[in-house]
Amino acid sequence: MIATALEGAKMKLVVRDLQVYYGQKRALAPVSMDLPEKNVTALIGPSGCGKSTFLRSLNRMNELIPSCRVMGDVRLDGDAIYGPGIDPVVVRRRIGMVFQRSNPFPKSIFENVAYGLRIGGIKDRSEVAGRVEKALRQAALWEEVKDRLADNALGLSGGQQQRLCIARALAVEPEVLLMDEPASALDPIATAHIEELIDELASTYTVVIVTHNMQQAARVSDWTAFFYMGDLVEFDRTNSIFTKPTQARTEDYITGRFG
Amino acid sequence: MPIATRAHTNREYEQELRRLREQLLRMGAMVEEIIAGSIKALIDRDSPLAERMIEFDRRVNQMEVDIDELCLLILAKRQPVASDLRFITMALKLVTDLERIGDLCVNISERVLELNGEPPLKPYVDLPRMAEDVQSMLREALDAFVAGDPDRAHAVVERDKTIDAYYTQIFRELLTYMMEDVRNIYRATRLQSIAKYLERIGDHATNVAEMVVFMVKGKDIRHTGKLEGQSPDRTR
Repeated sequence: MIATALEGAKMKLVVRDLQVYYGQKRALAPVSMDLPEKNVTALIGPSGCGKSTFLRSLNRMNELIPSCRVMGDVRLDGDAIYGPGIDPVVVRRRIGMVFQRSNPFPKSIFENVAYGLRIGGIKDRSEVAGRVEKALRQAALWEEVKDRLADNALGLSGGQQQRLCIARALAVEPEVLLMDEPASALDPIATAHIEELIDELASTYTVVIVTHNMQQAARVSDWTAFFYMGDLVEFDRTNSIFTKPTQARTEDYITGRFG
Repeated sequence: MPIATRAHTNREYEQELRRLREQLLRMGAMVEEIIAGSIKALIDRDSPLAERMIEFDRRVNQMEVDIDELCLLILAKRQPVASDLRFITMALKLVTDLERIGDLCVNISERVLELNGEPPLKPYVDLPRMAEDVQSMLREALDAFVAGDPDRAHAVVERDKTIDAYYTQIFRELLTYMMEDVRNIYRATRLQSIAKYLERIGDHATNVAEMVVFMVKGKDIRHTGKLEGQSPDRTR
């Protein structure tokens, strides 16, 4: 199926016939999807369904896995991200990623966020400082860390570390933010902060989030895609998916009738 | 629109939903019995039966309380979505309609007790027919619920016009009795009230049917023609 979102809306990412193999095993059947700009799209499905594989294909992270083969077409604002001559690092700057287990560098809070900027060649100290502050504010972390930017990032709580990783991703001013189960290692209060943050970020960025928490998907997203065994089964407005899904498999999964 | 046919992975959840269904159907059966009993009390001029029906309604009220509690529990524990969510929210509304039907039957029985203190005004022809239709509407709506059949439910919604027509007819006839002789007024107004209660029961049966459609199809068919932006459906 081609999963199309509302007509007239601008599609930030357009995926056509995306297939992914790990060695001989096909992890993702040909999947096509339009992801609307400045909307949150949630990817749900049971373990091994291909949702994380799909997510990682959106910014070429799959290439870091040796046996992985990706076929098909992914376009960001009409620009193909796969293809000869396209630098995956540039792709990953435009399409940032946050992971399940926060992974701050063993550096100061400031240096964590500034790292990407320095690597990108920005030398001017006031510009770096300005962008670090902006990113930390966007990640709703500034107030908590502004007086201890030189402290080691590993001293932060789990929830703060995750927001630091989000700030780190935002510092290089991406257009899309991919999040792979960003809150699953966090307690309920930290989770609530992250969900609130996702809501704020969606006014500026296009967000794609993988989550195994159904209620979270329902709370944070505008659109939901349900994957099963490598297939995209259903893609629709979140409100519809969770109140009246059209596919029996979707209905079975979200109501807990699987397995 | 798929209705979930497989069982929940969580057996306790599955049992809770099954219990909810059973209790809803039991409440429906009780309500059907009360309607039948109240009308029989009218036709047979059976005061003890009318009194028994008034007592019986207490059990219907208790069921409403029990079912509401079960729904709340499921909502809190299971965070249902999709078909489960529609089922449970509709169950909450359904019990309200069923409980109201029970109350209306109590009203009918009270009028019957008043009428039985007087000689009969006229042979009852239309009232029993109207009652028969209303009972059958409720039965059909509940059967549609059991079967998950939206077409059967739709058919019930269509029948509401007939009930309204019965009421108008009965009212007109009773009016002539009242104008003929003032001594008829007491009994005629009691009978008119009974007809009104039956008409209201018909409305509640229609509500039940509309809810069945929503439960099965996820489509809200209430207030057709009477929502903002819609042109009124004058054929109703």
